[in-house]
Amino acid sequence: MDQLPSALIFYGIAALVLVSAGGVAFSKNILHSAFALLGTLAGVAGLYLFLGADFVGVAQIIIYVGGILVLILFAVLLTNRIGDVRVTNLAVPAFGAAVPVLFSVIGLLWLVFRTPWPQTQAAAAPTTARLGDAFLREYLLPFELASVILLLALVGAVVIARRAARDEYLDKDPHHERLV
Amino acid sequence: MSLAHIGLHHYLVVSALLLGLGVLTVATRRNAVALLMGVELILNAANLNFVAFAHFVEGKVGGQAFAVFIILLAAAEAAVALAIVLAVFRGFRTIDTNATATLKE
Repeated sequence: MDQLPSALIFYGIAALVLVSAGGVAFSKNILHSAFALLGTLAGVAGLYLFLGADFVGVAQIIIYVGGILVLILFAVLLTNRIGDVRVTNLAVPAFGAAVPVLFSVIGLLWLVFRTPWPQTQAAAAPTTARLGDAFLREYLLPFELASVILLLALVGAVVIARRAARDEYLDKDPHHERLV
Repeated sequence: MSLAHIGLHHYLVVSALLLGLGVLTVATRRNAVALLMGVELILNAANLNFVAFAHFVEGKVGGQAFAVFIILLAAAEAAVALAIVLAVFRGFRTIDTNATATLKE
């Protein structure tokens, strides 16, 4: 049974993903939620590696953990009174939301086990070379569009955040004397 | 579905539970940044499905290409959404989504 160790590692990573996601969903303190998100994102990257998706796994670490999570932490620390837990992560009573979500998940699981998925036996080998090939052949147009979207988002985020910063500057300096 | 042999079903179950927790986060939180965290959970669940189907069903890399595009869009979305959150916080002094119900101050 040489598959047992890898199965145990899979269950460990899956447990990390789900427990951390539970922390994101139920933690009273938003800072704890943000750090629990770290466990979820890193665990999902581990699952990608299990599936032979090495490039996607590394991109997940670099972009999600290194980029988005740091942005979220910045937003948390810039916008909340961290000391007062009661105001940081208010939630409406969860019961009304939990029942429909529970039924949806049960329906999804029923569908997962009922459908006869057509399965191939793919080897768990690295796929970065084939992925790069696909990006420059059949996915070339989306690939270029993605770079345009990233540029637009970059400029848009700077414009939105800069207006906020400039307004604050004007409050301190109402006669525009030092405004660039 | 056997316990020792990890197959497609295992990944789909993890993904479904992750999706449920993400929807629950979006539905119950009142802090705008926490809503964004719930959206990230949902996107990760979708991504996990894409990569799992690419490995077990497609046998090629189309699903992985979709996953990379989703990660890129999530990065763009997070940057813009957090800029909006900062702008809203500047105007309202809070990002509680119950308190910021008007388009103007």
